[in-house]
Amino acid sequence: MIGIESLATRSFRVITALVLVTWLVLPMIPLAIWSFARGWYFPNLLPTQWSLAAWEYALSDTAGILDSLLLSIGISFAAMMLAILIGVPAGRALGLYKFRGKEYIELLILAPTIVPGIAVVLGVHSVFIWLGLTNTVPGVILVHLIPTLPYMTLVMAGIFSNYDPSFEEQARSLGASGIKTFWYVTLPAILPGIIVGGMFAFLVSWSQYILTLVIGGGRVITLPLLLFNFATSGRNDITGAIAMIYILPGILILLFTARHLTGRSGIGGIGQI
Amino acid sequence: MTHVSIKELTKVYPGSLEPSLDRLSLEIESGELTALLGPSGCGKTTTMKMIAGLLSTTSGDVQFDGRSILNDKPEQRGVVMVFQNYLLFPYMSVADNIGFGLKMRKVGKSEIDRRVKEILELVKLPDLGDRRPKELSGGQQQRVALARALIVSPNVLLLDEPLSNLDAHLRLEMRDLIRGIQQDLGITTIFVTHDQEEAVVLADKVALILDCKLKQYDTPEAFYRRPIDEATARFFGGQNFVPGMSKSGYFECALGRLKLPSDALLGSATLTFRPENVKIGANSVGENVVQSKLIDKIYLGTQTRLKFIVGDTKIDVMANPSDVQELVVGDACPITLSADSLWVLAK
Repeated sequence: MIGIESLATRSFRVITALVLVTWLVLPMIPLAIWSFARGWYFPNLLPTQWSLAAWEYALSDTAGILDSLLLSIGISFAAMMLAILIGVPAGRALGLYKFRGKEYIELLILAPTIVPGIAVVLGVHSVFIWLGLTNTVPGVILVHLIPTLPYMTLVMAGIFSNYDPSFEEQARSLGASGIKTFWYVTLPAILPGIIVGGMFAFLVSWSQYILTLVIGGGRVITLPLLLFNFATSGRNDITGAIAMIYILPGILILLFTARHLTGRSGIGGIGQI
Repeated sequence: MTHVSIKELTKVYPGSLEPSLDRLSLEIESGELTALLGPSGCGKTTTMKMIAGLLSTTSGDVQFDGRSILNDKPEQRGVVMVFQNYLLFPYMSVADNIGFGLKMRKVGKSEIDRRVKEILELVKLPDLGDRRPKELSGGQQQRVALARALIVSPNVLLLDEPLSNLDAHLRLEMRDLIRGIQQDLGITTIFVTHDQEEAVVLADKVALILDCKLKQYDTPEAFYRRPIDEATARFFGGQNFVPGMSKSGYFECALGRLKLPSDALLGSATLTFRPENVKIGANSVGENVVQSKLIDKIYLGTQTRLKFIVGDTKIDVMANPSDVQELVVGDACPITLSADSLWVLAK
């Protein structure tokens, strides 16, 4: 029995790995090749001429790609931090407490993942004009909270539904102040959730296009906006180079969180809610 | 050494009409070990949490040495609560768990190390400092939780069901350990239990709480000899309750006319006596002897449980097995209810 089970688990793991590779890695290969190609046309399987020109251009000051990279990192990092600050207490309320109308609040939090951003962004735009937030970086950071908060909140709700708040009472009783209790008792318990949820939030913000385009008004040029510009202008080699830069954080985060993602916390907790 | 006064302490949870604790008043002497005894859901843990400052009070007061502590934050009260499920912090080693309270009080690292070592000796776990809590057995976790509480020298120690999660043999060991340490250190200690036996063997005084109200606050012995009413007597294993009329020195009931101790109350009342205080056979004087018939006999190992019937009245008796070896169900047999074993309860 045990042998069959472990065989099933093992083959399941191999299939998962294959699917992941097909999904994530294969589509990147042509882009990677493009970034080093001078000319690459049908029916050639590989480019006829190789070149570093695209990379030279991408990494030069004139292209503005590095500026966009820094801006993107800044915006996504800020959106992630805000999502953590809001998502942790919200997740605690949803995961730990029972209160009237909880289902509706859960639905409301989930709504941005169901309703496409493009449907709401024009409404948000008119509100942001009134608030003076359009065409600004803070405006873009704020609007990125719409798609990032659901992930953060739901991950934290999952974590908190497995969390025993009596540990905090115990710490208080042993002489810890409220802040020390959070630092020494609560934080270590929910840190895996904060890391996983935070990474999700970062990546979701990182991949925003429409929200940035509309709220940023073309003044806030993040990496995906730049990427789209080059892609539509037919410069496959530069597009390939930017794409390589663009996917870097995703890969780094995937490697970093693999441990947390496969562990019992994090993703496992989401199923609880 | 702290004297604890609990005055009319009441808790009504939001959205609830009935109080979860109704006007509890207790005076707990300095250094005393007191049990809050009662069935689950009767407000015992609520009481503890209010003393520890983990739950707000609805009304009433808690005073340490005459000073109200209700406005003090939990970490300022000098009260440590040990929870039923121990709640050892899973991310810390055993030593870090025990040293937690000292660290919060900004005690130096070397001082903490020294005192953790000391207290580990006290709870008889000298070599386990580097372990993680989940590597310990239930009994060991309990000791670590106790050590973690004791190391900060609390004024008042609160223990929530300290023995209920342990195996029978561990309970005895832990009972002796808690009692020993508490006596040595003289910490005013309150513990919660639903098990009357646990309360009796551990506590100096027992507060029985039934239906969210204090029933009786007395020495353990008093609950057996002088229970305040039938519910209290039943909680302590009382089985025999005979209605009747108490007249000066005598009780008239279905069992006949029985001589009472001189201080018994008068009037329409209920007579009670402990199963273990009934004597099989008649005495030489012939006083308080009742003719009865044995209708059931169960051997329990160290004791034998007997059931007698007198008219319609059934009487439960606990006897030494060797004393009743000869008795067979159906036998007629006199039993003696000596006057000093009788107790009259108000109706």
